[in-house]
Formats: sequence, structure tokens, C-alpha cells
Amino acid sequence: MMMIFGIPAPLLFGQLLLGLINGAFYALLSLGLAIIFGMLNIVNFAHGALFMLGAFTAWGLLNYGGIGYWWALLLAPLIVGAFGVVLERLFISKLYKLDHLYGLLLTFGLALILEGLVRNFYGSSGLPYRIPKELQGAQNLGFMMMPNYRGWVVVAALVVCIVTWLVIEKTSIGAKLRAATENAPLVQSFGINVPRMITLTYGAGVALAAFAGVLAAPIYSVNPNMGSNFIIVVFAVVVIGGMGSILGSIVTGFGLGIVEGLTRVFYPEGSATVIFVVMVIVLLARPAGLFGRAH
Amino acid sequence: MMGFSRPQNGAFWLMVAVIAIAPAILYPVFLMKVLCFALFACAFNLLIGFVGLGSFGHAAFFGMGAYVTAYSAKAWGFTPELAILAGGLVGGALGLAFGWLAIRRQGIYFAMITLALAQMNYFLCTQADFTGGEDGIQGVPRGDLFGLISLKSDLAMYAVVTVVFLAGFLLIHRIVHSPFGQVLKAIRENEPRAISLGYRTDDYKLMVFVISAALAGIAGGTKSLVFGIATLTDVNFPMSGEVILIALLGGMGTIFGPVVGAAVLIALENYLAPFGAWVTVTQGVVFVVCVMAFRRGIVGEIAARFRIAL
Amino acid sequence: MGISRRALLATAATAATALPVVRARAQKQTLKIGVLTDISGLYQDIVGPLAVEAVRMAVVDSGVAARGIDVEVIAADHQNKADIGSNIARQWYDRDGVDMITEGGSSAVALAVAGVSRDKNKAYLTSGPATSDLTGPACNAVTIHWTYDTYMLARSTGGAMVKAGGNSWYFITADYAFGHALARDTGAFVEQAGGKVLGGARTPFPGTSDFSAFLLQAQASGAKVIGLANAGTDATNCIKQAREFGIKATLAGMLVVISDIHSLGIDVCQGLVLTESFYWDLNPRTRAFAERLRVRYPSRRPTMQQAGPYSATMHYLKAAAELGVARIKSDGAAAIAELKKIPTDDDVFGPGLIRPDGRKIHPSYLFQVKKPSESKGPWDYYNLLGITPAEEAFRPMALGNCPLVKV
Repeated sequence: MMMIFGIPAPLLFGQLLLGLINGAFYALLSLGLAIIFGMLNIVNFAHGALFMLGAFTAWGLLNYGGIGYWWALLLAPLIVGAFGVVLERLFISKLYKLDHLYGLLLTFGLALILEGLVRNFYGSSGLPYRIPKELQGAQNLGFMMMPNYRGWVVVAALVVCIVTWLVIEKTSIGAKLRAATENAPLVQSFGINVPRMITLTYGAGVALAAFAGVLAAPIYSVNPNMGSNFIIVVFAVVVIGGMGSILGSIVTGFGLGIVEGLTRVFYPEGSATVIFVVMVIVLLARPAGLFGRAH
Repeated sequence: MMGFSRPQNGAFWLMVAVIAIAPAILYPVFLMKVLCFALFACAFNLLIGFVGLGSFGHAAFFGMGAYVTAYSAKAWGFTPELAILAGGLVGGALGLAFGWLAIRRQGIYFAMITLALAQMNYFLCTQADFTGGEDGIQGVPRGDLFGLISLKSDLAMYAVVTVVFLAGFLLIHRIVHSPFGQVLKAIRENEPRAISLGYRTDDYKLMVFVISAALAGIAGGTKSLVFGIATLTDVNFPMSGEVILIALLGGMGTIFGPVVGAAVLIALENYLAPFGAWVTVTQGVVFVVCVMAFRRGIVGEIAARFRIAL
Repeated sequence: MGISRRALLATAATAATALPVVRARAQKQTLKIGVLTDISGLYQDIVGPLAVEAVRMAVVDSGVAARGIDVEVIAADHQNKADIGSNIARQWYDRDGVDMITEGGSSAVALAVAGVSRDKNKAYLTSGPATSDLTGPACNAVTIHWTYDTYMLARSTGGAMVKAGGNSWYFITADYAFGHALARDTGAFVEQAGGKVLGGARTPFPGTSDFSAFLLQAQASGAKVIGLANAGTDATNCIKQAREFGIKATLAGMLVVISDIHSLGIDVCQGLVLTESFYWDLNPRTRAFAERLRVRYPSRRPTMQQAGPYSATMHYLKAAAELGVARIKSDGAAAIAELKKIPTDDDVFGPGLIRPDGRKIHPSYLFQVKKPSESKGPWDYYNLLGITPAEEAFRPMALGNCPLVKV
């Protein structure tokens, strides 16, 4: 067996793949957070809970509606995104004029409510969700085994991230969005309905979280805590990448996932804290984050 | 007295009276929990109310204070006052480290950084030997105060906790109403102007952060002696969320808000404890209601109604 | 004046209804049993409401009502937190007149409650926790450890598994005290029985949800058995992901119980090996117990941790009938001493006894999860692979370092 740095190759590449998968989730989730933060200046603490809702919606679609994975990939983000729109209209929009800390506190409270309710009705053991038949099994690549579903997760996440980035940076809608972030009243005066754009942006960010939730459902246990397990690490990712930077969140998300994976191979005890250590280093060197602009 | 206005003076003595009489009516252990969390919330409130910095990782100081006090009392045989002081010192030192990193930013960024640093501390605590991991540090002896007075009885411990709380409370009040406090106020109102006047604002902010962290450490240490236990719960994120909720519910930026908030929230959680996850939902609802419609908190609303500062 | 008196009184009045008040100790001849369990958290299906129901059923089955003894059962949620658990225990003992606490939850909670129970001299019959320290260095005169412990799991799954042919092992260990203890103890039994431990991997705890790399590592070692020295979602994730990767080795879940199998599904878990001291379909007595319980709680079948408190409560009430209610209420240590004198016998564990160090003794069973084709329906999940008799199932008393045991 080929050895790299004293580690068997299948193990190393296996861990790299795992890191890439974790990174895919970090990227998708921090992308949604970055979009919401860039547009609304709200740190969406409910992001983890909405990710969890995406997974539960997929499970619900299957169990109550017989609707399978592929449709869930489309429907769950739409359903949860719509729910996000309702949240924004009812609660979040009322806070724009206030200190941003209140937005954080509100979304934190919403997260508690969502997680508590789901835990009350569905328990904590976790619900089963099978990998779709088309993606079961694994490929033997020679230097490692690659489970099909995990490869799919990485590809799907990358595609969605790139498409989102393209939309925001290269299309006219994206341009209007970016302009509204800079100077909302001016953009409003051009006849563009900025409040509606903000609402839809929140919905889009939430939909991204829900999409990540559907991707996660077959791999992790569909349980009420799955969001809170991720969310604080995702916050660290966002701080490292730069709070409002779209590109920053994608690159940092995938990158940190890989760093975490490698740490797990060479120094497993440190793998839970390595991302925070990186954050401390980045804060010392570049307080605005790797890709951020100083606010 | 001490820079209290007349209404505040009245409120203060009312609070002292309630604290003195309460153990005759209510369960002393419950009251001690309220006082510890009230001190914790006062420490947090110092930072957000008077400096405008919302720390989302205050559990780190509270929890490390709890661990250090517990360990020093159990393994090294420290007497309670020394153990609590040790907890406060470590809390303050950790505050210095975290604060130095976090003070560079403000607002949301500050919150995120304190959150992430506190989580890093949590993960380190799960691994460290001295924290006892999942089991925590159990069987912490209350010991003998100054080596003389046994604190085994709940009433004796209650007296000590009361003294600790009042000392911390008055210390905070003293800080706010001192020249140092005036500079803090200036920084909160208009930081660029304060800088232009020659004040090294970062140093001031850091100093308050350290004091807040030290007091949180003392609160945590006292709590660990009351209950004889220090666990991962004390350093984990929900504990940070709890103190924020207490401050918010009571009234951020008011003097008595944290105390009232602690009493109300802990009573509420006590009442709801048999209902399991509804506690979480209720906490969430209280957060949402407070942020949307009740931003001034209980004491804040009372103060606004009577147009005084409390 | 600052605050209006009216406002203050109003606040005090509303607060007082929710505040804990010190009550004079009631002088009734009622026994009060507190079931301290995880009602809403991670372990609600392993213990939780079904355990509470089992205790209520035990009160009825014990027949003490006919002897004039009134029993009240209350329950509370410790949320798996040692501080919450010990607070509830303290409040129950100080304020609410609880005489005996059962179930008890995770090891951290149990250790804390054992300490409080000793301080207050009240009986503590615990079923949920795994740590064998409760009958070791942490043993005391008021605590009895029911149902199982890490030694029992390690001995049965490790030792009996080797006898059944699984003689090379690789461990996936949750990186905390519980995981380490499980892996170390099981490894010792594997080697004692003639097997070999080929290696292991430690997974960060908490916070790991993807075990694929560790499972691949285990596969690469060539071990016939992969020991999962973890519990809860760690274990269920390992099992799920092992299936996903088509891992050929047999999985040995060190602390996996029937509720985990139910939530994962038998097709995912087939072939998994585990140890429980109770299975509802094991023999006619357990079946009768399970059917009676099903009337009260139809949606689930009990795990060993849920059935345990039934046995504990039955035995406690038997002792109460012998000693008299007044004595058993006033002195927890005396109550426990009485429980240790009487041999146990109930539908859950059959005949057994309680040792001086507080360890309840009964046989342990090695089960293997059935293939879907073998199962006749929900909860019909286990094939019996081996039995460890009661005398061997638990750690010999002399080896425990329990201060109560004069060696």
C-alpha cells in the first residue's frame, strides 16, 4: 500500500475526501450566511436550525408525501425558503433600524424555538433517511474508495456555490443586489423594490441552508441538533473568510474542511479546535478576514 | 449613597431587604442560584450596557471560574474565599487573552469572535484532564470560610453568597460612577472624539472586559461551591445564551435589570423543568418577545414608566 | 419614590406562584418515588417516559396498595446535565419529600445524584448510567447500580464475541472517559479470551458526525470485528455509515440498545452485535412484562435501561413492605441494607441478588441483529448468540476498590 508521510494512501485520501465533504457543508452554510449578512446586515443565528429544517422537510416529504430525494432537493429549499420569507416579513424586517445585535438575538431566539419544537415532536434519536438508490455504493479509484453519495455531495455543493457566485457577481440581478447593499435609498430611487429584494435575498440564503440540509440528511442523523453542531464552526469560517464576502465563504469553507480533515489524520485530538486556532491566527494577521473588507 | 439617585437608593435597599428575608420563605439553594446568575448577568451587563460590547462567549469566564474554584477547593484544599478568588483571577486572565483578540472589532464581529473563542475553550475543556470531561468536577467541598466557619449549612453558604454578590454589585456600580466610568461613557457616546481627546480607548475597553470576565469567574466559582459541581454545561454556548437572555429580560444597561432578570428567568426555568424541551422553546419565545416588543426589559420598562434611571 | 408599591406587590404575587417554597415535611405514610430521567434530550428513547411508565406499573404490580402503602411517582427531566440532575435531586429530597430516586440518567448525572443521596441519606436505585465506578470508587451506602455497567458490556460483547469467532478487533473510540474505558475494558476481555486487538482510532467527542474515514481505517486493518466504543448518535452514525460503505467486518456496538436499532432500521443494522441484560422477547416472563407495559405505552418496546427501574421499584417496595414505611423513609442506608438482604426476582431480570458494593447481579446476553427476512415485525430484532451467567457477568467485588467492601 502506498504510504504518504507514514500514512496509508487510502486513509489520507479518505480523510481528504471527508474534509472536502465537511468543507462543502461549511461552504454552503457560510455562503448563505454571507449573502444574508451582506444584504441585511443580520447575522442569521437561525441558519443552523433552518439547515436542520431542510433535512426534516426532506424526511417529511418522504414519509408523509412519498416524495423522494431528487424532488426534495428542489422542494425542501422552496418550502423552507418560503418559511424564511415569512420570518423576515414578520420579525426580522422590523429590526433593520436597530443595533445589529438585536437581529442576532432575534434569530438566536428563533433558532431555540425551532429546535425545541422539533425536539418535542420528533425526539432526539434521529430519523432515518436512506441514500437514494442511484447514488448508493462506492467506486474503487485505486488509491481510495469513493462512496458515490459523498462524491455527489461535493459536486452538487460546488456547482451550487459557483452558480450563486456567478449570479451575484456577474448578472444584473446580482449587480442590483450588490448596489442595494451599498446604498439602498439610491437603488430604491431607481424604481427597484429594495424591501422585496431584501426579503427574497433572505429567502434565498435560507433556501441554500435547506438545500445543504437535504444533502446532509442521508449522511448524518436527521436530528434536531444537527444544525447546532455545525453552526458555531460555520461562524468561525465566516469570521475567517470575511463576513460579507461570497468568494471568501466558498473558498474558506472548502479550505477549512480540508484543513480539518488533514488534522484528523495527523493529530486527531486537535481536529475539533483547529478551525478556531486558524481563526485566532487570521484575526491577529488580518482582522477583516482573509477576503473581507474592513467595516 | 455612593452615587445612587434617590429611586436607585430605594431600589437598592429594597433589594437588600428582599435578599435578607427571602430564605425564610423560599428555598435557599434556589436563591443562591439566582444570586450567582445575577452577579454573572451584572458582569455581562457591565460590558454591553456601559461599553456597548455584546459578548457571546461569557460562559467561558463563568465556566473556567467554576472549574478553577472547584478544582482548587477539592484537589488543593483551598478555603472557599481563596477558591473563589482563584476562580475570579483565572476568569480575568482568560478575559485578558480573549479581550485582547476581540477588542479590535466591534458590534457583530466582536460577538462572533467572542463566541468562537468561547467554543474553542469549550472543546479544550472537553479534552482537558482537570475538568473531568463529561463527569465534571464533582463532590466539591464547601469548606470552612477563612478556615474557621463551616459552610455546610445552606444558610451559612447563603450569607457568603450574598456578601459576594453585593460586593460585586457595588463594585460595578462604583466603576460606572467613577472617572473611569465617565471615560467609558464618552467612548460609548462617541469613540472617535474620545480618541481625539487622547484617550487610549482600546485599553479602557480591554480593562472593562477583564473586570467583567473576572466577576463572571467569581460568579461561576461561587456557583460551583454552592452546588458542589462544575461541568461542561458551565462553559458551553447555551450558558452564554442564558446570561444574554437574563440581561435582555431584565433590561440591558440598567443597574437592577440583571438581578430582576435572573430572578424571573431562573424561577421560570424551575417551573418549566418538568416539561423538558419546552424550556428551550420558552427561552426562544422570551428572546423573540423581548427583542420585538420589550427591548427595555422589565426594569427598563419600569424605569421608563416612571422616568427614572434604574 | 422609585418603584410603586403596587407594581412591586403585583410582581411578587405572580412570582410567588412559580417560586419554590419551603414546606413543612408532611407526616403522611406515603412513599414518594422520583424518576429522574432524560425526558426530552438525546436519550429520551433509551430511558425517558417509558421508564417512568415502567415504574408506575411496578407500583401496581408490587401489590403494596393492598398492604396500606400509598406510593406517589413523580418524574423530572435532568436533560443529561449533572448540575440539573443534582439540583433536582437536592430539591426533591429537601423540599418535596421524595424517598427514593430511580433511573438517574447518564454517568455524570448518576455520580452527582449518588453524592447528593449520600449527603441526604436517601435511597438511589439507578438504571441508566454505564459507569462501573458507581460500584467502585464512587460506591456508597445508599446507592444500588441496576441493569448494567461498562464491565458487563465489555465482558459480554468482548469475551462472548471472541468465543463466537470474532477474534480480531479494531476499536472506534469516542475520545472521552466513557469511550476510553469501554475500549480498554473490552480490549482486555478480547485478549483474555484469546483474541487480538489490531488497533484503534479515537474520534473527537463531541462533534464528530462523519465516521467514514475511521471506518475505512478499520476496514484496512483487516479486523473481523469493529468495536464501537461510543454511544448515542456517535454509534448510530457509525452503524449507518458502515452500511453505506459496505464494511464487511461485524460491528460490535458497545452501548447500543433496541431503541437505536428501531430508529436506524433493521436493514441497516443487520449483523450488528450488542449486549443487553433484557430483551422483551427473551422468555415467557419478559414477554408477559412487555405485554403488560404495552397496554400502558403502546408505541415502543423497552430497552434494558427502561425495564430496569421496574425491577428496582418492585424490589424497593418489597423491602418497604418488610421494613415498614416509617423506617424506609427515615433512613436511606437502612433501606438499602434491607434491599441487599433480600434476593431479587422479577419478570425483567429473573432471579438475582444485590452485592454489598451495591451491584445488582443478573445474567447478560449477547445478541445479534436479525436480517430483515428473519424478522416478523417491528421490535422483533434480536437473535441470542450467547449468555454470560450472573456470577461472571459483573466485575468481581474484590477488584472494584469500593470503600464499603472489606477485602
